Amino acid sequence: MTIDVSLFLWAVAALLATAVVAVALGRSASASRLVYGATLGISVVAVVMLMAHLVSAPGEISMVRLPLGLPWIGAGFRLDALSALFLLIVNFGGAIASLYGIGYGRHEDAPHRVLPFFAAFLAGMNLVVLADDAFTFLLSWEFMSLASWALVVSNHRSEDSRRAGFVYLVMASFGTLSLLLAFGLMAGPTGGYAFDTIREMTHAPLTVAIVFILMLFGAGSKAGLVPLHVWLPLAHPAAPSHVSALMSGVMTKVAIYGFIRVVFDLLGEPAWWSSAVLIMLGGATAVLGILYALMETDLKRLLACSTIENIGVIFVSLGLALAFRSNAMGWAAALAFTAALFHIVNHSLFKSLLFFGAGAVITATGQRDMEKLGGLIHRMPWTSFAFLVGCVAISALPPLNGFVSEWLTFQAVLQSPDLPEWGLKIIVPAVGGLLAFSAALAASCFVRAFGITFLGRSRSPAADQAHEVDRFSLSAMFILAALCLAAGILPGFVIDALSPITQALVGGSIPPQSNAPWLSIAPIAESRSSYNGLLVFVFIAVSAWGAALLVHRLASRDVRRSAAWDCGFPDARPQTQYTAGSFAQPIRRVFGTLVFHARETVDMPPPGDMRAARLTVETRDLAWDWIYTPIARGIGFAAIRLNRLQFLTIRQYLSLVFLALVALLLVLALWT
Amino acid sequence: MDLIRDLFVQGMQMAVVLLLAPLLTGFVRKIKARLLRRQGPSVIQPYRDLARLLRKEAVLAENASWLFRVAPYLIFASTWVAAALVPTFAGGLVFSWTADLIAIIALLGFGRFFLALAGMDVGTSFGGIGSSREMLIASLAEPAMLLTVFTLALVAGSTQLSTVAALMSSPEVGLRVSLGMALVALIMVAVAENGRIPVDNPATHLELTMVHEAMILEYSGRHLAMIEFAASLKLLLYLSLIACIFIPWGIAAPGEGPARFALGAAAYLAKIGIGAFCLALFETAIAKMRVFRVPDFLGAALMLGLLGTLLLFVSRSL
Repeated sequence: MTIDVSLFLWAVAALLATAVVAVALGRSASASRLVYGATLGISVVAVVMLMAHLVSAPGEISMVRLPLGLPWIGAGFRLDALSALFLLIVNFGGAIASLYGIGYGRHEDAPHRVLPFFAAFLAGMNLVVLADDAFTFLLSWEFMSLASWALVVSNHRSEDSRRAGFVYLVMASFGTLSLLLAFGLMAGPTGGYAFDTIREMTHAPLTVAIVFILMLFGAGSKAGLVPLHVWLPLAHPAAPSHVSALMSGVMTKVAIYGFIRVVFDLLGEPAWWSSAVLIMLGGATAVLGILYALMETDLKRLLACSTIENIGVIFVSLGLALAFRSNAMGWAAALAFTAALFHIVNHSLFKSLLFFGAGAVITATGQRDMEKLGGLIHRMPWTSFAFLVGCVAISALPPLNGFVSEWLTFQAVLQSPDLPEWGLKIIVPAVGGLLAFSAALAASCFVRAFGITFLGRSRSPAADQAHEVDRFSLSAMFILAALCLAAGILPGFVIDALSPITQALVGGSIPPQSNAPWLSIAPIAESRSSYNGLLVFVFIAVSAWGAALLVHRLASRDVRRSAAWDCGFPDARPQTQYTAGSFAQPIRRVFGTLVFHARETVDMPPPGDMRAARLTVETRDLAWDWIYTPIARGIGFAAIRLNRLQFLTIRQYLSLVFLALVALLLVLALWT
Repeated sequence: MDLIRDLFVQGMQMAVVLLLAPLLTGFVRKIKARLLRRQGPSVIQPYRDLARLLRKEAVLAENASWLFRVAPYLIFASTWVAAALVPTFAGGLVFSWTADLIAIIALLGFGRFFLALAGMDVGTSFGGIGSSREMLIASLAEPAMLLTVFTLALVAGSTQLSTVAALMSSPEVGLRVSLGMALVALIMVAVAENGRIPVDNPATHLELTMVHEAMILEYSGRHLAMIEFAASLKLLLYLSLIACIFIPWGIAAPGEGPARFALGAAAYLAKIGIGAFCLALFETAIAKMRVFRVPDFLGAALMLGLLGTLLLFVSRSL
């Protein structure tokens, strides 16, 4: 059974209609439940259609052309293997965020600022993935950016939200500008904006190189590639938590979709150095992202920074796939590309889960600052369990899903000695080391996030009086946690579902996995490397349970509660606990001086002085200091200089216009 | 029939690591004591300690959560599963394809994740200090370990441990500079991961620089026993790993007779004994270093691992 692409356009239309209805509903009491119910229903229908499509005819292509947009090509929409996967991610993310929103939305003070844009945001992301010509793609992309911008500034009274909105808007416009130029270059002077036309053209090497770099700017700025990441830790946390989950878990994936669509599908073959650039940028993004996350004490900002890390991991795999593809190593390219796609799926699952958990903490305590939380495991047992599953998954630990994609990435790294280019030979193992480093730091980061927020003793009265959140939020979190486990212990099915995409885009696929004995995965037949998540899970579960049972039966089962021991010096004040800042202190001291120019100043009063001692830590974001501040200064300088142009006489304006016209005609004459 | 024998070998392997681990700890302590001209406790003292701890009631802090009670069993289970997948006396274990070397490292990471969380559960300052430092050490030890794995995988063409061991015992490997670097890096990582001198001191209790002991300070009774057991298993795992990769001789190949198994077992015991002696000698000979020197130590391991991998990448294409 093939699902026609027009069915998804109906779903988009329904989402847009929901947005309009949401505007009409305004502040009415039942608005939030109605709107989230509607988006939930639409998204679930879309997910079911996509599942049917993926099961029955995964490689089928369905196209439709509507008489909208540019008059000579119309608006094209297309459903193929790649867009089906990303549509699934978008709609599943939308469904689960709506489910969460039904419960979470009740606590919103200004629902009329969120609801219409929520539905429109979902519609925009669907349209980007469906678009089949440059015009529709750019229009949908901008629509998606603006809808998410409205969500970022929905809490418009806070200074931070407004600043985040401003930075986001600037970066989004910059990104769209880059995409505009990229598509213009690809379409060429004939204006072939339909993707099919672009696919059939052969581009000059210089065009390919420039388009590649423009795509890095355009899609990379939306995805959060260093150094274009600066807006991300500001904007993602500023939105309501289920929207943060959508932005971090889903919208960054839509950006990656745009990158894959252009670089792997439309552009032809980029030169080898472009894969090296991708791999190095990815490695740097992974390590810097997780180091930023380790320095954060705001729970939602921490999660947003960790998104940067995961984007880096995905880009490394994509770079590897590009390198292998350009050297005609089909199965290795397929392995790396599968790793990237698998990580995209995984990250959309666990990052949504973690943002939902953070949202639950905010609902229960009103606090985002980890230094004021603690001990929530006693008061929010279900939330903390789901959050713990997400933490284990994102830290790339077996038997959950994060480890599988990390493992596939490492297997792909190990194929790199066969690459002929010397540059890649040196870069790839070094970046492999960086990936391992970022994975270990991620574990550290999430031990800190979970340990400070949920364990220990509560650090504020708000955390002390927290209560468990509603059923809708909890069920959304538990569905995601269950999927994290399922993708972790049955990875073979996910890998097989991804193989039509690798076949279509990198011209190879790894052998089918789901019929391997005992459901283990062995992506490369020659190397015999294999991993079996199911058995690892069963072994750990059985031996832990068996050990507990035996010990309780045969040895002792008595428990006595008493005061904490703490080496004989227990202190009842919660302030004596380790804080988020002190947990990160060793890592800050070892890596922070280099990466953040971190400086600690200790103000220790002399004996007899009753002043409190102070420790001040100053960290700087070098991307701001070295790139954005000079740019902003340059723009300010130029603006002041050009200010004079506003006060010219009409004659001067006319001669300016004349000169500009002559100059343009001259350029045109020289060009052709 | 073959399957039953394979399962029997796998079961034997699981039992052997479980039974041998406390003995190894006792043996290292005994040698260290003798090197310091002390009598030292008997080598079977760890078994007595475990038995006594298991029989005692567990004292929990008032605000300890369920995680605090579950973590010891999870730590024990993940370490045991990892240790059971490293070939000791016989190769080609029936479940060896469950997890390759990368997954074994990640399994240890799983145990460490829960140990660090358990350290923070009660909310004492010592627990936090231990967890924080443990994660710092892991953040450098894990990449160093993985780069070592890369080196081995490039030589053997696989990250599967039994394949690596089989290849390393074949004559075609020969001496390679990369493998030497990998060995040194692996030993440094093993020292750090097991909390041995000079990174951490397993014998201290009241010292501000301690790491592992600080995390488990609140544990008692059966929970402490499980964690101590897991620590012994981890030490045995690393010694077995080094033995199986770098001195793989004597490991019985799959499908060989009982005589070869006996030989394999004897060889394994000898290797572990030598390893334990070297460890004790090393620990006695040097002093513990400051916590903020540890990154230098592990950074050296990281660099060795990277150099080893790069050398291989380069040499393979010449």
